[in-house]
Amino acid sequence: MTTLLNVKDLRAYYGQVQALHGLSFSLNEGSLTTLLGANGAGKTTTLRAICNMVRSTGAIEFEGKPLNNRSTESIVRFGIAHVPQGRGTFTTMTVEENLQLGAITRKDSAGIVSDIERMYAHFPVLKQRHTQQAGTLSGGEQQMLAVARALMLRPRLMLLDEPSFGLAPLVVRDLFGILGKINREDKVSILVVEQNAQLALELADKAYVIETGRIVMSGNAKDIANNEEIRKSYLGY
Amino acid sequence: MELFTNQVLAGIATGAIYACMALAVVMIYQAIDHLNFAQGEMAMFSTFTSWQLMQWGIPYWAAFVITLALSFVAGIAIERILFKPLAKAPVLTNVAGFIALFAIINSSAGLIWDFTIKQYPTPFGSSPFLGSQLISTHQAGMIGVTVLLLLGLYFFFQYTRIGLAMRAAASVPESARLVGINTSWMIALGWGMATAIGAIAGMLIAPVVFLEPNMMGGVLIYGFAAAVLGGLTSPFGAVVGGFLVGIFENLAGTYIPGVGNELKLPIALALIISVLVVKPAGLFGRHIVKRV
Repeated sequence: MTTLLNVKDLRAYYGQVQALHGLSFSLNEGSLTTLLGANGAGKTTTLRAICNMVRSTGAIEFEGKPLNNRSTESIVRFGIAHVPQGRGTFTTMTVEENLQLGAITRKDSAGIVSDIERMYAHFPVLKQRHTQQAGTLSGGEQQMLAVARALMLRPRLMLLDEPSFGLAPLVVRDLFGILGKINREDKVSILVVEQNAQLALELADKAYVIETGRIVMSGNAKDIANNEEIRKSYLGY
Repeated sequence: MELFTNQVLAGIATGAIYACMALAVVMIYQAIDHLNFAQGEMAMFSTFTSWQLMQWGIPYWAAFVITLALSFVAGIAIERILFKPLAKAPVLTNVAGFIALFAIINSSAGLIWDFTIKQYPTPFGSSPFLGSQLISTHQAGMIGVTVLLLLGLYFFFQYTRIGLAMRAAASVPESARLVGINTSWMIALGWGMATAIGAIAGMLIAPVVFLEPNMMGGVLIYGFAAAVLGGLTSPFGAVVGGFLVGIFENLAGTYIPGVGNELKLPIALALIISVLVVKPAGLFGRHIVKRV
């Protein structure tokens, strides 16, 4: 298996405060990898550092090409779609405009039209509401829209920041089911950050556990889920 | 009744200019969250540029188009050189920047073209429009050009990808970057377009107020009043506000005893204050429906 994303000795800073202390991990092509950890462990910061939305040092390589010192918008053009915490919905625009924005860097207008239909097949509720202002969607619907918007890029890698946040358990199951399907069928590699460790470990093939800006554990998702000691000390369930 | 109709039509004609200025102000406000106090001076400088081109023998409409192109480029240049470096600076620093820009443009115009009042031509003539005494051909032309401009802008923002990208960059910059939009250039583009819109307003109003470096002072205050009335977050509101302010100004000047021409400007200011007190978001200010 080839390595798609390789992160080495990543350190990130908010002003004077250091949030990541030399974090290293990698993600294989086609894999669904999860980063787990408590509040404030540095999960979100790691995703933000990959897209250069926070000051960082260290090496971040995507398909062997360095991403450091590139602007956020140019990193997107490598095929990295980031669904930020809080979903980043364009609330004053319609659902369909949100999807078009996901594909704004693409030039193939026919492909964009057919991809919008594909998204409506994945998420039928979005089709029902395609002319509605996106801010009027429920939290779960907005999360679906955020994932669909990211997929409109036809990404190689999708970064998801706490997709389960604020959603009802049933909606979360639904969403994770779709993520698994996208990973298998559309061959999109996924890096998902989660506080809901149990669910994330069911879905993922590989997992890393972060604590205070460092990786403290890594391995197959199954092994970590089955290791009671790790579960109790780091994942809290 | 004829006086009333006449005043309303004249109000719509000047209102069209206020609408353009308000729209230019709102476009920049949406992009960088600051009011461009120099918008009027930029429009004045554009108007002088077109006048200079005509002095050199270039016909009106050619000068019009060249001026729009030059204004567009100048707007982008001002953003790149002056306001991009100030993007993260405090509000007052930006205000100082706008005031500096105002003073620099105003004085440069005075230096180049001096402060004497100049005649400015109209391509529409000033005979009665379609034989009617109610409105002149120039006033009809002002309304016509503005309507074309507004339709063009509506089409641009609603149906083109770059228009969509500009709206996205103005509403949620971080998400816009995450879908690959270069938000910094979208802001520059907004400056270019706002400057060109201001140039249209200046060239249309110049035959009425005459050409001189301070010609846009009053016009910009009406433009601000229009933008505040319609809501600074709503381009549509700014346009409606422009027409309303134009009509209101004329009717107040005609029918309220003692107002006349001298008190018209304070009325615009009174309007700004009343709107801010009663409805701070303006008539069409954004009501975002949100569910969490």
